[in-house]
Amino acid sequence: MKAQRLGAWIAIAIGASYFIIPLLGTLEFSLRMRRGAYSFDAYQSVFSDIQFRETFGYSMLMAVLTIIFGMLLVVPTAYWVRLRLPQVRPVVEFVTLLPLVIPAIVIVFGYLRLYNSSSILPLTGSTSGTNTLLMFSYMTLSLPYMYRAVDTAMRAIDVRTLTEAAESLGAKWPTILFRCIFPNVMSGVLSGAFITFAIVMGEFTMAALLNRPAFGPYLQLVGANKAYEPSALAVIAFAITWLSMGLIQLVSRFQKSVSPKA
Amino acid sequence: MTTTTAAAPLISKRAVIDWLGIAPFAIFALMFLIVPTLYLVTGAFLTPEGAFTFKNLADLFTPSIMSAYWISIRVSVASSLGGALIGFFLAWAIVLGGVPNWIRSGLLTFSGVASNFAGVPLAFAFLSTLGRTGLVTVFLRDWFGFNLYGTGFNLLSFFGLTITYMYFQIPLMVLILTPALDGLKKEWREAAEILGASTWQYWRMVALPILWPSLLGTTLLLFANAFGAIATAYALTGSSLNIVPILLYAQIRGDVLHNPNLGYALALGMIVITGISNILYIWLRMRAERWQK
Repeated sequence: MKAQRLGAWIAIAIGASYFIIPLLGTLEFSLRMRRGAYSFDAYQSVFSDIQFRETFGYSMLMAVLTIIFGMLLVVPTAYWVRLRLPQVRPVVEFVTLLPLVIPAIVIVFGYLRLYNSSSILPLTGSTSGTNTLLMFSYMTLSLPYMYRAVDTAMRAIDVRTLTEAAESLGAKWPTILFRCIFPNVMSGVLSGAFITFAIVMGEFTMAALLNRPAFGPYLQLVGANKAYEPSALAVIAFAITWLSMGLIQLVSRFQKSVSPKA
Repeated sequence: MTTTTAAAPLISKRAVIDWLGIAPFAIFALMFLIVPTLYLVTGAFLTPEGAFTFKNLADLFTPSIMSAYWISIRVSVASSLGGALIGFFLAWAIVLGGVPNWIRSGLLTFSGVASNFAGVPLAFAFLSTLGRTGLVTVFLRDWFGFNLYGTGFNLLSFFGLTITYMYFQIPLMVLILTPALDGLKKEWREAAEILGASTWQYWRMVALPILWPSLLGTTLLLFANAFGAIATAYALTGSSLNIVPILLYAQIRGDVLHNPNLGYALALGMIVITGISNILYIWLRMRAERWQK
């Protein structure tokens, strides 16, 4: 027993140092810009860069749009499959897992060939078309996480009874969906939203190949041209990921205290 | 209108509405997931003029493309095995090692974050740690007089990429394996001990046979995870390390292979490799869940 506990502590120590040292390294490096003293110069340089603000804002907007449209697609689908089409559930679940199976670079390669300016649907021919395509590609990337989060939340409520109750009170479909189902799966919607946010903010491949000014390609550009700013940006990116995951934990904990059966 | 719909008009109307309900999802999946992928898959079997051919697939077996696949597979195997091994010991430590509870919840929370901390920023983190002027490199040089880069180590290499990938592989392993280890019932261990089994015998004859589908399945998932990743490698090495996703990226950008349909074949190769490992993962996970009831 004693040897086992020692082994456990050794494993934890190795794991913790592997996880923490790169973070310390990044933090330390990001403070090294001024010669001989630690300073926040790198962060100052990052925040005063107009491109940083533009690309960050662009990715934020994209993330919000992806979350809104993604949820408008995922929640009604998950609801409908549970209520009316339980027989297609395995198929829908399989499809939602596909973005994890097919690498993102392959998916975007398909988009570029299928929706180029000489095709029937020339989405990449215009800026707004490319933006739309990028949003759809982000929806595809986040589909596995969104669907899972929403479906798990839906498992905890009785969709059929809720629907029948709402119907017998005279509610129409939009009312049932937006005032009855959405609020009840809010924990799933929020967890899905935060993870989507984290994914979209750091995504590189899709935005780079579609030539959109997103945060991911900007990070890569800075990394290729500057010395200290990349570390500062990595610290910022890590903080964003940490924030998103922290919010998911908070939401799920809140949900647990509200309904113990979930 | 046919006789069948006339015989049961209500049912068919309801069925139509039922199917209309998932029409948005079906259209979305077709347009942005299935048709683009099928387009590439069929393109892999066509000549630029549109005739059927196996030549694109045969052309994958040229040395430059084979070496790209080979290094991709090596990086993915090494990082998934390394990630699986360390991840297993970490999961074991927090489940069965008797460490305080705050370490368990802390590690699980951190794993949730770190498994999503990939892409370009991860490359920056390792550059500022193990790069030529990184924290660890400088520390070893100043305190121990040890020149890391004198040993032939290079972050922009197979080995460097492998340890960078492990940063998101280990947490993923911890996240998936912890529930599986939680599922090992205390009674099994007690029963084995009463029957006189040593710890080694318990692990070899009870625990590992139950765990192996989870272990193997998750390792395959990690493999596919590393195989499709591009952003970290691209930010770390530029295009100096010739792995398949980077080759495909260059091909999409500027047709470096001088044959668009060969690019489709390259993509098909990626789908086949990640597809097989994911299908095996799903199959193994279903086997593993037998014990988690």
